[in-house]
Amino acid sequence: MVIQRSHNRWVAIFTLLIAFMLSALPIPEWVQWGWPEWVLLVFIYWVIALPHRFGLGWAFMLGLLLDLLQGNYLGVNALAMVVVTFFAMLMYRRLRMYRSWQQAFVVFFLVAIYQCISYWSQGIGSNASSGLWFLLPAPISGLLWLWLFVVLRGVRRAFKVA
Amino acid sequence: MFKGRSTVKKFITYGLICISLIIADYQFDQMQRMRAWLSLAVTPVQWLVDVPQRSWTWLDERLQVRDELIAENKQLRSQILLAERRVQKLAALTVENFRLRDLLNSSEQLDEKVIVSELIGINADPFIHQVVINNGFNSGAFVGQPVLDATGVMGQVTSTSAFTSRVLLITDADHAIPVQVNRNGLRTVAYGLGQYNYLELQDLSDTADIEVGDILVSSGLGLRFPKGYPVAQVIEVRHFPGQDFAKVLAKPTAQLNRSRQLLLIETPQQQTLAQQEGD
Repeated sequence: MVIQRSHNRWVAIFTLLIAFMLSALPIPEWVQWGWPEWVLLVFIYWVIALPHRFGLGWAFMLGLLLDLLQGNYLGVNALAMVVVTFFAMLMYRRLRMYRSWQQAFVVFFLVAIYQCISYWSQGIGSNASSGLWFLLPAPISGLLWLWLFVVLRGVRRAFKVA
Repeated sequence: MFKGRSTVKKFITYGLICISLIIADYQFDQMQRMRAWLSLAVTPVQWLVDVPQRSWTWLDERLQVRDELIAENKQLRSQILLAERRVQKLAALTVENFRLRDLLNSSEQLDEKVIVSELIGINADPFIHQVVINNGFNSGAFVGQPVLDATGVMGQVTSTSAFTSRVLLITDADHAIPVQVNRNGLRTVAYGLGQYNYLELQDLSDTADIEVGDILVSSGLGLRFPKGYPVAQVIEVRHFPGQDFAKVLAKPTAQLNRSRQLLLIETPQQQTLAQQEGD
């Protein structure tokens, strides 16, 4: 009998790395407004699937890396990431039971919360404003979730990430 | 698995850490240095993202010409950039001579040293107009260094790490650059609006002599940008009866969202300035 010791955590880390690359991709300006929050989406999936492996500590680190990548004030994305992860951890059992469109709806709200926190805490030192357009990535991320969930579940099963 | 109370405690702890980080980063300059080293962690991601573009360029070159030609081509390209920079400057200098300004003043202008740099990343956040370039403090970039492309002023370096630097573009909502109208020397300040195609001149009185088509060049006041490089062209002047200030919009002459090769300018006075700030 072979006890499988490896949790294949590197697979999850690899998906997060791809999410980082997608979020740093040079894209035209009009796409930027609706560009989904890739890192957050992928991380939400892993929190729901494996809450005992991916928690607030991970959220904090990923958020800091995002801040460094985007050149924000340090802590802006980290704060948003920690708050959203906390909500996701509170309801991961319910989320697992939901149908995919219900999940997408919850994800829409989670991303909207994320956008609000990062936008407002960034706003302390800036004078850019553009109404509510900064929320556009939320519905798009929600729609994307329907597809991303299937892909990541496939990845998790194929590599037996536990 | 899910331990309610300890999660709440953790949540509050991390939340407080984040908030104090934001405040510290907003208030204290010392965070710059820490960030410079932390940024090394994300440099590989920035390089990886640039791989498709770079490998495409590489393939393209291999299919077209031989190695020697590539080297020559690259050298010529950077020479063109340097030459174009001289031409930009020349236009402003000619106008200066026309105005018969004091010769003592213009003899003070030394030729600046230039580093050719390449763009390796842009910020995906539409509210932050920043790009990442492949020169860090190891190759002589410093905070506050002006950045140009072949057609005009692009922005300034706002943070450096060992191998990369971050450049704030002149159109960022937090950026302002002192300029003057090339036609008559009228001085003002061009503010970024957070839109790639526009700069705004907010401080011009309603009667100021400014017209659509005027070229704005950097005035050199503020000691950050060297004097005489083109910044923008006025595209709209609107007067509001009853208001003290006119609304003037200008379009940056630099190709802010297209240029891949940039020039970092190094003037002696600026380097001493940067050193003073560093001390």
